[in-house]
Amino acid sequence: MLGKLDWSAIPFDQPIPLIAGAIVLVAILGVLSWVVVKGHLPYLWREWITSVDHKRIGVMYILLASVMLLRGGSDAIMMRIQQAVAYQSQGYLPPEHYNQIFSAHGTIMIFFVAMPFVIGLMNLIVPLQLGVRDVAFPTLNSVGFWLTATGALLVNLSLVVGEFARTGWLAFPPLSELSYSPGVGVDYYAWSLQISGVGTLVAGINLVTTVLKLRTKGMNYLRMPMFCWTTLASNLLIVAAFPILTATLAMLLLDRYLGFHFFTNEAGGNVMMFMNLIWAWGHPEVYILVLPAFGIFSEVVSTFSGKALFGYRSMVLATMAICVISFMVWLHHFFTMGAGPDVNAIFGIASMIIAVPTGVKIYNWLFTMYGGRIRFATPMLWSVGFMITFIVGGLTGVLLAVPPADFMLHNSMFLVAHFHNVIIGGVLFGAFAGFEYWFPKAFGFRLDERWGKLAFWFTFLGFFITFVPLYIAGMLGMTRRMQHYDVAAWRPWMIVAAIGMAVLTIGVICQIVQIVVSIRNREALRDRTGDPWDGRSLEWATSSPPPVFNFAFNPDVRGEDAYWDMKARAQQQSLERDRPEYQDIEMPRNSPTGFVCAFFATIMGFALIWHIWWMVILGGLGAWATFVVFAWRDHDEYVIPAEEVAAIDRVNLEERGNLVSMAGTV
Amino acid sequence: MNLLDPQGPVAAANSTILVDSVFIMLVIVVPTIFAILGFAFWFRASNPRARYQPDFVYSGRVEMVVWAIPALTVILLGGVAWIGSHRLDPAAPVPGTGSPVRIQAVSLDWKWLFIYPDQRIATINTLTVPAGAELNFQLTSSSVMNTFFIPQLGSMIYTMNGMVTKLNLRADNEGQLKGLSAHFSGDGFPDMMFDVNVVSPLAFPDWVAATAKSDTVLNEDSYRRLMQQGIEKGKPTYRLEDPRLFDLIANQHIPPGPGPGPELISDAGRPHRGGHDAR
Repeated sequence: MLGKLDWSAIPFDQPIPLIAGAIVLVAILGVLSWVVVKGHLPYLWREWITSVDHKRIGVMYILLASVMLLRGGSDAIMMRIQQAVAYQSQGYLPPEHYNQIFSAHGTIMIFFVAMPFVIGLMNLIVPLQLGVRDVAFPTLNSVGFWLTATGALLVNLSLVVGEFARTGWLAFPPLSELSYSPGVGVDYYAWSLQISGVGTLVAGINLVTTVLKLRTKGMNYLRMPMFCWTTLASNLLIVAAFPILTATLAMLLLDRYLGFHFFTNEAGGNVMMFMNLIWAWGHPEVYILVLPAFGIFSEVVSTFSGKALFGYRSMVLATMAICVISFMVWLHHFFTMGAGPDVNAIFGIASMIIAVPTGVKIYNWLFTMYGGRIRFATPMLWSVGFMITFIVGGLTGVLLAVPPADFMLHNSMFLVAHFHNVIIGGVLFGAFAGFEYWFPKAFGFRLDERWGKLAFWFTFLGFFITFVPLYIAGMLGMTRRMQHYDVAAWRPWMIVAAIGMAVLTIGVICQIVQIVVSIRNREALRDRTGDPWDGRSLEWATSSPPPVFNFAFNPDVRGEDAYWDMKARAQQQSLERDRPEYQDIEMPRNSPTGFVCAFFATIMGFALIWHIWWMVILGGLGAWATFVVFAWRDHDEYVIPAEEVAAIDRVNLEERGNLVSMAGTV
Repeated sequence: MNLLDPQGPVAAANSTILVDSVFIMLVIVVPTIFAILGFAFWFRASNPRARYQPDFVYSGRVEMVVWAIPALTVILLGGVAWIGSHRLDPAAPVPGTGSPVRIQAVSLDWKWLFIYPDQRIATINTLTVPAGAELNFQLTSSSVMNTFFIPQLGSMIYTMNGMVTKLNLRADNEGQLKGLSAHFSGDGFPDMMFDVNVVSPLAFPDWVAATAKSDTVLNEDSYRRLMQQGIEKGKPTYRLEDPRLFDLIANQHIPPGPGPGPELISDAGRPHRGGHDAR
């Protein structure tokens, strides 16, 4: 009846996951009952859960990423403490637990923190920057978000029901095959990623279509803000790469569930095939994450320097070059598998070639600052911090692309330090910069600068205190994923890294305090103009938060930096130009399709993990039926009457009147 | 285990390339970092002496330089990578004094088996080699993937079941080194560290002779016992019964290691406590 599921799945003998699970459960129940008692449920359902508004979905993506960042961060803290204490002892985490923690940490941070964070920011901002009213497929957008949430839910469920994978975040076979990992851990891993992978793929298709097909009047490709370009590149990579992940995991699942032999030791299975396939997805994935971050930095550096982006066309070229080359370098993840010197050298050089467009980007940001008037608001701090951190990460990355150096450093703590250097220093700093920069746009008030700057400094310093010791440990021969060790020379560096982790944690706490403080002071921090940073692109041309239809009129774009241009022209001419008549606006209706579909997908995923076949059929039928019902809908749009549009827009115009008359004096 | 304290020619060459590459890049990276800090500081909004040039958004000369700098660096490093990859191909022999020593390494769950087919001996978790001799390794795995790595001798290589990888090293100085597995392989993974005794070329035959007197024999039966999951704290040595044992493992005449075994699989899929002796 319940497949492999019984009471022994609950880890009554392991206090840490049980207590953590209990706390989370209490917190969820607390929030839920508060929502129900206060009567917020209809509001949540109407305005958020069933919303197909790209801004709302973007915010929910970022919320998901932030919550999962805390989970992944707790894993990181536990690992750092374990390695600091596990010298000539077992530490406090037994191997079967420690191995789950590093596997979950990697999986969560990549798939459920970095991915939803950047996808959330793209969702929130790209339609605004393009001057349009929504993404190409609003309901599909909601489906994509909720399927990602399903994946996150299943990963967290593994904390208390069963176990998570103990194989590392890429679940290499044959270790991840049934004979060496008979538990449900790998199944939790694979089904979470399969389900959320569908969500990511539809998000990618949606954003590619949006950029290619929905641009406002005059928004040529070469007038798009850089963030739109990097969004295009990143989502093209998603569309091209995620099917590889899905296929690879499908093969692994066929091995595990139906006795196939794609990657087994026996019967002609080939583990090297898995390595190639997973990295053919895995390397582009790195650029899927970092390209949007590059876009964010381009926007931030240009805005806060008071200058257009230096070498815009060069940046576009660099972005698209990275997009293409990133597919040709995957083998550098396993130089040590014994491929011949020609193969290794060619992939090594190809990997280095990516450093060229990346270097160009750094220099173009540098020259954007040159001759600027730089305001060091929090987003700009994150950007300058990124440029310095990322150069160090780039250096160690190119070093690892030299095969003979990699023969010594592969899989070492040096490698761990390197990819944290680029993912924290690049993606996470970018996500934080974007968060600080666009928060006023999303919520209508700015974030507290003092706490924001504190958060930056603690994170920046904490990062170096944590990861420089790991570089050194790698140079001392320490390999990754060690639950305990007997080498005295490694010990001091593990202790310093643990201290660095504490500093990083303070940074995260400052960020939380910043949000709390800002919400309390929101009236003082209110952004009435819609343009708190003296911005340059179209998202600042509408109110904060924007109305559901984003723009009362489709903006008319006449050059790069569309809004800067408008402000300059408005100052030359008069502000109150003749407005054309307001017109009715059609917007997509809310739809519970995404939520209901994800509900059934969760049931199906859980049932697949535990081999509860009747429930699999139930969940599958439910998800399918949801789509059928959606396909049979009669009305998918509603109309906002012209008077309502006019009323909303006039308020907005009045409030920004002062600002526009000031523009140009800058 | 310091990578910058190499004890053989491969590690020396690897670490030279490592250090040289870092310096080549630092030549570009350090000025860039200073430029970032300098520009950010000088062009701060509160500096009245900085000239605001909002129209400086394109310069063909600057573009040429910013594409050229990383491109030239990469051309230089690409040359290092190409030559280095060929000179330091793990499969290429590393000439030494005396006759080469053949060593067949098998990664087991979770220990290293070193077979000396010519000497008809085998050891667990201890590798004894003569200083200065050419060392030819053939490697495979009894079950999951691992990576064979002696940091101070250089180049690591994967071990995979059903496949043989090749590695050539040389140890130049007598002494004690450490080796490890550099690819996660399960619960006992951290205990896959092994000792490397580099002995004098004269002492090596004595060690071989002493080991060959071992009472315990390594044959297919005792190997199958070694395949069971578990860690090995001792340093057993064996007389090798059949010098073709490695081939039997590599071509899967002896089937892959059993993993945790059916009796240890809980219905709920969670590991049984104490299902392995890794703790």
